[in-house]
Amino acid sequence: MNLNIFLLVIMTLAALWTVMARSLLKATMGLAITSAILTILIFRMASPLAAVFELSVCTGLITVVFVSTISMTKPLTHKEIIEASKDRLKRFWYLPVIMILAAIGLCFLKIPGDIKPALSTGTMDVRNVLWNLRQLDMFGQVIIIIAGALGVAILFKERKDEP
Amino acid sequence: MPSLIILVPLLGLIILNMPIGNFMRRGAFWFAIALFSAQVLLAVFHHSLAWTGKLPPVDALFKVGFTIDHLTFIMFICIGLVSFSSLLVARHAMGDEGELFKFINLLIIASVGMSGIVMVKDIFSLYIFLEITSIASFILIAFRKDVYGLEGAFKYLVLSAVATILMLTSIALFILVSGDTSFSTIGASLQSGNRVIVMLAIGIFICGLFIKGGVVPFHGWLPDAYMSAPAPVSILLAGIITKAAGIYTLIRITSAVFGFIEPVKAILMLAGTVSILFGAFAALGQNDFKRMLAYSSISQIGYIVLGAGTGTALGIAGAVFHLFNHSVFKSLLFVNASAVEKELKTNDMNRMGGLSYRMPITSATSMVGFLSTCGIPPLSGFWSKLLILIALWQTGHFAYATIAVLASVLTLAYFLMMQRKVFFGKLALGLENVKERGAGIMFVSIALAFITIGAGIFFPVIYNNFLLPIKEILVK
Amino acid sequence: MSLNLMQTFSIFGFFIILLFIVGTYCLVVTRNILRAVIALEILIKAVTLLLIVVGYITGNVALAQSLVITVIVIEVVIVVIAGGIALSVFRHNDDLDVRRLQNLKG
Repeated sequence: MNLNIFLLVIMTLAALWTVMARSLLKATMGLAITSAILTILIFRMASPLAAVFELSVCTGLITVVFVSTISMTKPLTHKEIIEASKDRLKRFWYLPVIMILAAIGLCFLKIPGDIKPALSTGTMDVRNVLWNLRQLDMFGQVIIIIAGALGVAILFKERKDEP
Repeated sequence: MPSLIILVPLLGLIILNMPIGNFMRRGAFWFAIALFSAQVLLAVFHHSLAWTGKLPPVDALFKVGFTIDHLTFIMFICIGLVSFSSLLVARHAMGDEGELFKFINLLIIASVGMSGIVMVKDIFSLYIFLEITSIASFILIAFRKDVYGLEGAFKYLVLSAVATILMLTSIALFILVSGDTSFSTIGASLQSGNRVIVMLAIGIFICGLFIKGGVVPFHGWLPDAYMSAPAPVSILLAGIITKAAGIYTLIRITSAVFGFIEPVKAILMLAGTVSILFGAFAALGQNDFKRMLAYSSISQIGYIVLGAGTGTALGIAGAVFHLFNHSVFKSLLFVNASAVEKELKTNDMNRMGGLSYRMPITSATSMVGFLSTCGIPPLSGFWSKLLILIALWQTGHFAYATIAVLASVLTLAYFLMMQRKVFFGKLALGLENVKERGAGIMFVSIALAFITIGAGIFFPVIYNNFLLPIKEILVK
Repeated sequence: MSLNLMQTFSIFGFFIILLFIVGTYCLVVTRNILRAVIALEILIKAVTLLLIVVGYITGNVALAQSLVITVIVIEVVIVVIAGGIALSVFRHNDDLDVRRLQNLKG
C-alpha cells in the first residue's frame, strides 16, 4: 500500500510537470513518465495484460506520435521560448495552489462509507472475456483502426496546391 | 441476424480497400447506395423475416445480443435517409474520384457507428460506437483541410473527447455499484447502490450526452462544426450524427437504465427549454445562412429533449417523431444551403436576394422545410410538436408548454426573415447568372420535401405503426 | 466490503481527482493545440486508473482489463488524428497558437 501511495504521488507530480514544462518536448517526456508510472500501478492492481498495452502503446507509440508531430512543426527560437515561458508562468502558477487547496479540501471530504461494490465471484480469464463476452468491442476496434488509417491518409498528406 | 447490419458494411469496407484494381473505387458508390437503401427498406418493412430470422453460421460466430424495437427502426430510417442524401450531394460536390472514395469510406464508417449506437445494449459498447461515429466525423469535418474546417474539427475533437471522458468516468462508477456494463444489470442495481455515487454517475453521463448532442450549456462546438464542414458533411452532422450520438442515446439510456426519475426529468426539461429559447434568439441575430440553420438545430433539439423529459409514452413518441422530422427537414435545408453556397460562393444572407426567380425548386423546398420546422399543419413538424405539447399539458407543465408555443412563433419569425432575405424580393446584384443545380441534388431536395409532406398527411398511419409501439421501451 | 479495499479506493480516488484537476486546468488555460491534446491524455490516464481500481475493488479484474485495452486503442487513434489536425493547422498558420483560431466564434 505504501508503495502505491508513493507511486501515486510521483505520478501526480509527473503530470504536474508535464503541464508546466517549458518546451513541448519536455512535456511529451513528462507524459511518457506519467504513463510509465501508471503502467506499474496497473501491474500492481493485478492487471498484467492491460499494463503491457499501456506500456507499449501509451508510453511508446503515443510518445513517438507526439515527437514526430512536434518535429514536423517549426521549433521556436530561443528568444520566443523565453517570452512564451514568462507568459506561461503567469497563467500556470495558480495550478499548484489550486491543487494544494483541493487536496486539503478532499481530506475533509468523507467518501460515503456505505458504498457496496458489487463483488464479482467470476474467475474468468481476460482473454476469455475479451473474445467471448466483449466480441462486439473487438469489431468496434477494427472499425476504429480502419477509421484511424483513413484519417492518417487524409490528414498527414501534403496539400498539392500549396505554394 | 441483426448483426449483419454491422458485419456487412465492415466486410464491404475491407473488400473495397483491397488493392485489387481501380474498379473498386467506382463500385464503392453503388455499394453505399445499396447499403443505405437496404437499411431504410428493412426498417420500413420491419415485420419481415429479416429481423427475427436465424442465420446459423453467423449467429454461432457472432453471439452478441442487440436491442431491436420500434425506436431502433425509426433511427435506422433516419440514418439511411440522411446518409443517402449526403452521398448524392457528395457525388455532385466532389470532383475528384479519389476524394469521393475516401469520403464514401468514412460515410460508411459513420453510419456503421450510428447503427451500432442504436442497437447495442451494453454501456461500454455504446461508448465504442460513439467513438467510431465521432472519429469519422472529425476526419470528415477536416476533410477539405482549410482553416475553418480544421478549427471546427479541433473544437469538436476536444469537446467530444471531454464528453467521452465524462462517460467513461460514469461507466467506472456504474461498474462499482453493479459489477457489469450491460443496461439491464446497471438498471437493476441503481436502486440498491449508494445514493451519492449513483446520482453523480447519472449526472456526469447526462453532461457527456448533452455535449455530444449540443444542448445549450454545452453547445459551443456545434455552430462552428456545422458551418465549417464541407456541404455533404454538414448535412450528415446536422441531420443525424448529433441526434444519434446525443439525443437518441439520451432517450435510450434514460428509459433503459436510469428510469424516468424526478431529478432526471427536471434536468431534461430545463435544458430543453433553455435550448429552445437560446437557439431561437441566437438564430434571429445571424447573417450566415448555415450558422442560422445551426442555431435553429439547437432550438429544435431543445424540443426533442423537452418532449423526452416528460417521461410519458406520448412525450417520448412525440420526441422521437420530432427527431425523425428534424433529421428530414434539416437535411433538406442544409442540402439547399449547400446548393446556394455552391452557386453564390458565399453564405452571407445580406448578399443574397430574389433567388426564387433563379432557383425555384430550391426556394419551394426550403419553404416546405421551414414551414414544417415552425409547425404549420399539415406538415409533419406540426404533428410532432403537437404530441410534445399534449404530453406537456397532460403532465401539468403548463409553463413549459407555453414557452414551447411562443418559441414556435420565434421560429416562424427567423425563418420568414431568412426566406425574405434569401429567396424573395428583388434579385440581388450580380446574381443574374445563378442556375438551379444538378439533377442529383434536386432529386434529393424534392424527395425529402415529399417525405415531410407525406409524413404529415399520412400521420395516422405512422402514428399507429411506428410511434405508438415505442411505449414498449418504457416497460422494463 | 473490507476496510482495506475501502481505504484503497479512497486513496486512489483522492489522486484521481487531483489528476482530473491538472488535466482540466491545462485544457482550459493552454494556448497550444498540442498541449490541449496532452491535457486530454492526462485526463484519459486518470480515467484508465479509475477503471482499473474499480475492477480491482469489485474483483472484476478481467472485465476492467478488457475495457482498458479498448480505451487505449481508441485513445491512440484520437491522438493520431489530433496530431494530424495540429500538423495541418501548422501548415496553414505557421504556428500552433489557439488564439490564431478565432475565425469562428462559439
